[in-house]
Amino acid sequence: MSRRPFAPLRNLNAKIAAVPMIVTVLVVFVGCTLWTVLYSFTSSRSLPTLDFVGFDQYTRLFRTSRWTVSLKNLAIFGLLSLAFSLIIGFILAALMDQKIRFENTFRTIFLYPHALSFIVTGLVWQWILTPAYGVQKVVRDLGFETFSFPILTDGRFTIYAIVIAGLWQGTGLVMALMLAGLRNIDDEIWKAARVDGIPAWKTYLFIIIPMMRPVFITTLVIISAAIVKVYDLVVALTNGGPGISSEVPAKYVYDLMFSRGNLGQGLAASTIMLTTVLIILVPWALLEFRPRYRKGKIPK
Amino acid sequence: MHSVLIKDLSLNFGSISVLKNLNIEVADGEFLVLLGPSGCGKSTLLNCIAGLLDISDGQIFIKGKNVTWEEPKDRGIGMVFQSYALYPQMTVEKNLSFGLRVAGLPAAEIQKRIAHAAEILQIGPLLNRKPAELSGGQRQRVAIGRALVRDVDVFLFDEPLSNLDAKLRSELRVEIKRLHHKLANTMIYVTHDQIEALTLADRIAVMKGGLIQQLDDPLTIYNRPRNLFVASFIGSPAMNFLKGEIVDKDGSPVFRAADLDISLAAYRPQQRLAPGHAVIFGFRPEHIAISGQAGPAGCSCEAIVDLDEPMGADSLVWLKVAGKAISVRVDSGRRYQPGEKVFLTFNPAMASLFDAVTENRL
Amino acid sequence: MNSSLSGAEPRGSRPKRFLSPASIMIYSILFIAAVYYLIPLYVMVMTSLKGMPEIRLGNIFSPPVEVTFQPWATAWNSACTGLYCEGIKVGFFNSMKILVPSVILSIIIASVNGYALANWRFKGSELFFTTLIFGAFIPYQVMLYPLVIITRNLGIFGTLTGVIVIHTIFGMPILTLLFRNYFVSLPPELFKAARVDGAGFWRIFLQIMLPMSLPIFVVAVILQVTGIWNDFLFGVIFAGTKNFPMTVQLNNIVNSTQGVKEYNVNMAATILTGAVPLLVYFFSGKYFVRGIAAGAVKG
Repeated sequence: MSRRPFAPLRNLNAKIAAVPMIVTVLVVFVGCTLWTVLYSFTSSRSLPTLDFVGFDQYTRLFRTSRWTVSLKNLAIFGLLSLAFSLIIGFILAALMDQKIRFENTFRTIFLYPHALSFIVTGLVWQWILTPAYGVQKVVRDLGFETFSFPILTDGRFTIYAIVIAGLWQGTGLVMALMLAGLRNIDDEIWKAARVDGIPAWKTYLFIIIPMMRPVFITTLVIISAAIVKVYDLVVALTNGGPGISSEVPAKYVYDLMFSRGNLGQGLAASTIMLTTVLIILVPWALLEFRPRYRKGKIPK
Repeated sequence: MHSVLIKDLSLNFGSISVLKNLNIEVADGEFLVLLGPSGCGKSTLLNCIAGLLDISDGQIFIKGKNVTWEEPKDRGIGMVFQSYALYPQMTVEKNLSFGLRVAGLPAAEIQKRIAHAAEILQIGPLLNRKPAELSGGQRQRVAIGRALVRDVDVFLFDEPLSNLDAKLRSELRVEIKRLHHKLANTMIYVTHDQIEALTLADRIAVMKGGLIQQLDDPLTIYNRPRNLFVASFIGSPAMNFLKGEIVDKDGSPVFRAADLDISLAAYRPQQRLAPGHAVIFGFRPEHIAISGQAGPAGCSCEAIVDLDEPMGADSLVWLKVAGKAISVRVDSGRRYQPGEKVFLTFNPAMASLFDAVTENRL
Repeated sequence: MNSSLSGAEPRGSRPKRFLSPASIMIYSILFIAAVYYLIPLYVMVMTSLKGMPEIRLGNIFSPPVEVTFQPWATAWNSACTGLYCEGIKVGFFNSMKILVPSVILSIIIASVNGYALANWRFKGSELFFTTLIFGAFIPYQVMLYPLVIITRNLGIFGTLTGVIVIHTIFGMPILTLLFRNYFVSLPPELFKAARVDGAGFWRIFLQIMLPMSLPIFVVAVILQVTGIWNDFLFGVIFAGTKNFPMTVQLNNIVNSTQGVKEYNVNMAATILTGAVPLLVYFFSGKYFVRGIAAGAVKG
């Protein structure tokens, strides 16, 4: 009679196959994150030290105008990107869902920016928005000589240039997710609404959009997580300038850690970023993931 | 007066012809079932009647009004869908009232109609629940309720029971029939389930390939199928078929297949049965008797038992006759052993005879 | 009933106007949106085909009067990054050297891992997987510095190996999710039948699962090729100066402060950098859409 093998050796091959994942999870996602949080409470400057100073780094951080500007920019960028990408993305998806011709062509056009690097996107829009050659010059050449569009040169507006470029790159993705959501709606719902005599816009507003709540929430979380990470786009489009007018947290962290050798500040700032993501993520995960996990299903 | 009248209706998707020149007249208060295998066009036809699909040619009248170009909401129809298509974020009450509120009906009238529907369908206690909190049968009733509050003359059902399990399906079948008796309005009901069709319908339209194969009351459809397709589609266990020809024996027609002769003296043909005519002889498993001994002379013949399938109330005995496997429905009281020799007695009066080429009833 | 006799009776399909107001509106909105999405690509191409004098005088939207491919040649061969003037080609080959091993390594690890998670669950496997997916949402900045310390101690900081390992790590959540979901969707009877036949972990993977998984491997390759090619952050930190990928080189060329800005060269270099993912996108169609639907988690 064969005996059941010793528990840790059972299913050994699967465990060997999972070693890279286990190491990544334990060392990188858990280990590195905890390290960062821990060292954000120390006085580390160019090298990490374990000299704990409580919340000093955080107090200093929030007294730094470059950081508060970064946060404010992230808020503006985040809110505008979310609002516009969801609205435009949904409208485009709804239009694409009207059994139109050339659907594939339109989809290809709306989605191609998503295949590009943020660096490419940033540089193209930098060129289009350059006052001396871009939109401002073109409009002036048309005869509106006093037209002024200093979106890259006036610090009050630069963050909106980043919003424009970000939307250009990201809305196609939202459209694709929304379109997939719309296509998942049971065709008979539409038929029922037609028999009930409900106009199309009311059907969207009162029936379809409420039914797509999970799609909206998932999209919201995905975009939010991406917004917090925004870095390359800013580096390429404005490099944070002019001055510090278009700084964002991810860039602040990078600069403090790798250019300015102020590790403690960088770590504290990145911990704030982590906290922001957790505030978005945890309630969503609790609401959306848990029940489905129990059934053994993972939403995409 | 007719309730729904379909004249020369055709539907093409590009070069594919889905419905071909259909003509149907549904009487007021009639329960018409559209029955057929998947892809036969039955649901498509229902969607055309509802106005959810644009037809290519022909006309549709409802209550004497030409509605060919009308929007679904203006046709005086209510529709119940296979998936129920209840609005998931709304309570039952809102599901029932939404269309009425959009149409701008006064609140009191809406309340009255909802109360009436709730009473008939016994969904009063469910009015504040959402569809997700209802059982399959309850959702079904709410879906019917949504058609009911529209206060229309014609109800359209698109396979409303096929998402339910067998037990619930038979219960709700009875309820729909009861509802029809109570409301006495016209119902057009699409299904692929022949039991539903036979139990519910006043008349059944059997469809295949975008054409109506036969439009008759259930018993006629069952007993006198107009062609081979209807004969083989209707009935479970299915009708048996034997290929053979007509021969003349002492002045009366006889069906002959291999060494088997069956007298057709009792058969009521629609045309003269010419000797030499290649035909298919069809008979239902219950229209044939078997016994251990040779019966009266004439239409008895021998067969060997292949298999005995007890089904509870009766048994299905499989036999080899003229080289073909046929099934016979017998009382379950007696079991038959494989290899056992039995004698058959056909009942030609209940049989069907089809032309082997055109497959139409003779 | 005499109504059917009258000639004006509705019959056949509903009368449709060739262009209804609704469809005019739908197509105009879609068309305007399409123009907005295409303008940057158009401007990039047009600018890259003009000479500098024409750019200074003209309009960024106007097509070139005199088409020149010189900017492309300059961008490829001799554009300056601020350190040296060897063109964007250095970055192209660096990106290739990073891309190929990263894609292969990350897909091998993630496919085996996804298979183990789908078919050979063990105690704690779901917990690790959940944490892994959560990890995809943690901003990279949080883990960057500790990773620098780790890779430095392993002696791979500032090397190709270093950046390949980093790409493999951060590609893992989304790829594992992709493969796990795919293997879960395969009929479990297949796996059970193979086990009854006595096949083990690796044999089932190689002989049963792999031959059925070509589509998902295509999706994974597309996801990783575009993702890794477009990366900036990991390249600039972990690859080391001489291994800078194309995106980093491009940014250095365009945003370097010295010298006169050659916008045509810059745009040619930008197109060249965007060309690889764009070609992948245009030729992969449906698979790309599938990939981003899954890869959306990566953000």
